[in-house]
Amino acid sequence: MVHQSMNAHPSYQPKNAFMQWLERRLPIAGLIYSSFIVYPTPRNLNYWWTFGGILTFMLAVQIVTGVVLAMHYMPSAGDAFDSVEHIMRDVNYGWLLRYVHANGASMFFLAAYIHLFRGLYYGSYKEPREVLWILGVILLLLMIVTGFMGYVLPWGQMSYWAATVITNLFSAVPLVGESIVTWLWGGYAVGGPTLNRFYALHYLLPFVIVGVVVLHIWALHVVGQNNPDGIEPQTADDTVAFTPYATIKDAFLMMVYCILFAWFVFYVPNFLGHSDNYIPANPAVTPTHIVPEWYYLPFYAILRAIPNKLLGVTALAASIFVLMLLPWLDTSKVRSARYRPLYRQFFWVFFIVCVGLGWLGSKPPEGNYVLFARIFTVYYFAFFVVILPVLGKVEKTKLPPKSISQAVLRHGMPIGTPAPPPDMHKA
Amino acid sequence: MSSAEPTRRDFLYIATGAAAAVGTAGALWPIIAQMNPDTSTIAMGAPIEVDLTPIAEGQVIKVFWRSKPIFINHRTKKQIEEAQNVDVAKLPDPQPDSARVKPGHEQWQVLIAICTHLGCIPLADQGPYDGYFCPCHGSVYDTSGRIRQGPAPLNLALPPYEFLSDTKVRIG
Amino acid sequence: MILGRSIIVAAVAVTLLAPALAQEPSHEETLPPKNRWSFAGPFGIFDRGQLQRGLKVYREVCSTCHGLKLVAFRDLAAPGGPGFTTAQAQAIAAEYKIQDGPNDQGEMFERSGRLADYFPSPFPNEQAARARFNAVPPDLSVIAKARGFERGFPYWVFDLITQYQEQGPDYVTALMQGYEANPPAGVTLPPGTVYNKYFPAHALAMPPPLSDQRVEYTDGAPTTVEQYAKDISAFLMWAAEPHLDQRKRVGMQVFIFLIIFAGLLYFTKKKVWHQVELHPEKLRGRPPVEYPSA
Repeated sequence: MVHQSMNAHPSYQPKNAFMQWLERRLPIAGLIYSSFIVYPTPRNLNYWWTFGGILTFMLAVQIVTGVVLAMHYMPSAGDAFDSVEHIMRDVNYGWLLRYVHANGASMFFLAAYIHLFRGLYYGSYKEPREVLWILGVILLLLMIVTGFMGYVLPWGQMSYWAATVITNLFSAVPLVGESIVTWLWGGYAVGGPTLNRFYALHYLLPFVIVGVVVLHIWALHVVGQNNPDGIEPQTADDTVAFTPYATIKDAFLMMVYCILFAWFVFYVPNFLGHSDNYIPANPAVTPTHIVPEWYYLPFYAILRAIPNKLLGVTALAASIFVLMLLPWLDTSKVRSARYRPLYRQFFWVFFIVCVGLGWLGSKPPEGNYVLFARIFTVYYFAFFVVILPVLGKVEKTKLPPKSISQAVLRHGMPIGTPAPPPDMHKA
Repeated sequence: MSSAEPTRRDFLYIATGAAAAVGTAGALWPIIAQMNPDTSTIAMGAPIEVDLTPIAEGQVIKVFWRSKPIFINHRTKKQIEEAQNVDVAKLPDPQPDSARVKPGHEQWQVLIAICTHLGCIPLADQGPYDGYFCPCHGSVYDTSGRIRQGPAPLNLALPPYEFLSDTKVRIG
Repeated sequence: MILGRSIIVAAVAVTLLAPALAQEPSHEETLPPKNRWSFAGPFGIFDRGQLQRGLKVYREVCSTCHGLKLVAFRDLAAPGGPGFTTAQAQAIAAEYKIQDGPNDQGEMFERSGRLADYFPSPFPNEQAARARFNAVPPDLSVIAKARGFERGFPYWVFDLITQYQEQGPDYVTALMQGYEANPPAGVTLPPGTVYNKYFPAHALAMPPPLSDQRVEYTDGAPTTVEQYAKDISAFLMWAAEPHLDQRKRVGMQVFIFLIIFAGLLYFTKKKVWHQVELHPEKLRGRPPVEYPSA
């Protein structure tokens, strides 16, 4: 199934003498050339495929703004809140850097979820992309941990109490739970030592993410992109060079994404946050509703849906780990939901369930909210563990096209025919 | 392809490239600017006022302005004479004493106490000229703070300052 | 097909009806009414006169109990703020006694304020405040961002589109005017509290701070509680977000740039992809290679 490797083509022939010298010693230019310039990309990719690029862009934005904020932030319990205000008030463009970083986390997660759902819909996790998919789930996990620790750093009321609640989850572990929590805290409660180590780890993990992203892109380039029709490229007519075709398409949607990003940063910068986090952390007063940021809400809902503490924590962990098993849980021979009409319905229900879980996560765990959270949690797990395995066996799928180029040129005209009327252009 | 087409296409590409360059520059500017002193640091560097009455004749005090050490030296008559009776042309960094004090306040020497060699703080009332001596590499300054011997290339610098009265000076 | 469709319809219905089906826990929270603010919206800027009046209200009424420790006197002269000159800000600073030291005798002393100093707090620490009031009056530096309220779906969608970020000032304005002399029937207030309609727990430890003609205004603005409430709220919004003017101005520039740039990229993309139809031989990344079929 593997149809290309990065070293197996003629490609980069430097004309410049210095580049020839360098290429012989460290073929980095050739690597970039083969991976991002001439790299064959399926020609039928739609805009849902730009989110990988958007994620890389957001990672860079978060790292750059993060490093720059780290030049001014002070990670001690007494200074943290005021140092963030110092950034907002005194540091040149500090307000901009802080709002970009805080809202950037939301934009990062939004892109990650879109990217994930794209994978679910088009079967991007299926053979031979299992490792690629698992690396993606690992990246999601790293993002979740990094984001959690980052949110603690401003040391507001939500920072402190979210840290308390989430670290307390580990006390559910039998026998060693309490020791783990004390070990995480570095004390008898969340405090200065906790803040300091979260800062160190929050600075470190993004670079771990960079490393895993490299593996993720490597794994991708070995097997090639999936595409909306879910059929592998067969001839060179099925692909286009990454640059300029994919590059310019990615750049366009990246800018549209930046417009949404700018809307938050400049006009509603505190919309996605919680006003309680502008109250300095007070270990003596718990906020009336402890709510995580929106991107954790579905998991929070699942956690609270289970009445038992240990089972709730297990369900929380399972909700992410079950994603790793997906390549083996889905038994369908057809990849893309375009040709799986029944799967499509269940997929959309799953999407609504995830959004619903997110909404329920923001509500107090009372009354019918709990009931619905339980129903939705059941569907969440059933989707992976029951529906997908069964569906692959019983579903009547549509026939995928013979090739990508055939799918692109649905009217069957060969490539090279003078350009048809504009309404037939597929790109 | 007519010759008009490449021009139109090229214009679009050039415009897009130019916009990309402008956007990159605009995005980079805050990243660079944030390293400049912030407004609270600049405010902390506001001028300071020093009361001169407690400084006895012959006494040197050290104050800080913009985190730099400042010597305020209440020079004796002997020190003032030594500073003035000098062949300016023979000095490594020629400068008359009159250019290093405020008229009418020759007894007050206000200097930035940072050796012009590599930045150590010199010691006051030391050295062969009864001025300042830098222990790091042996630079010797006279009672006007001018370099006389040693590796330092320039006289000790003067901060901006003015006398608000005979007993009060504002530095900065 | 039909089964699938019905599943979706059912799921959507359940999700949308859930708010109605779910029993909202009864919390008699009265949401503050929305006010018009000069700093609201994409072109919003602070009203200098209002900020100056708000500063007066803060100094004459609120500063007895509430600190403003993150605001420096120099901020009063900074762009985007109340618009005092440096000399005026210096004069305001000089009216305050700031603790400094230790001096050469090792003692702390008091001196008059300078531009670089911050507004002093009425209490040295929380314990002193609690000893005096049995409650801790919060510092007001970021209070306008530290107070907000949820507006359920679909209101938050409208808020996102209309850029409603003034929950804090709306809350403060409402709170200032929300005192009621007699609590509603059946409500007993803990000792030392008064009933306020907009305070979430309703029993507020702060007695009504504002009354008509309490603060003199020299610019002819009405000296009513309502005006004081609006002015102090606007001032506190500035105290919390001193760079709001700049943020919105830069935002407009960034937006215009991004829209133009995205447009350019869109047309460039269309142009580039047009080549796919015109010159198929140019678009392949490598010479044709036989791929094993999927």
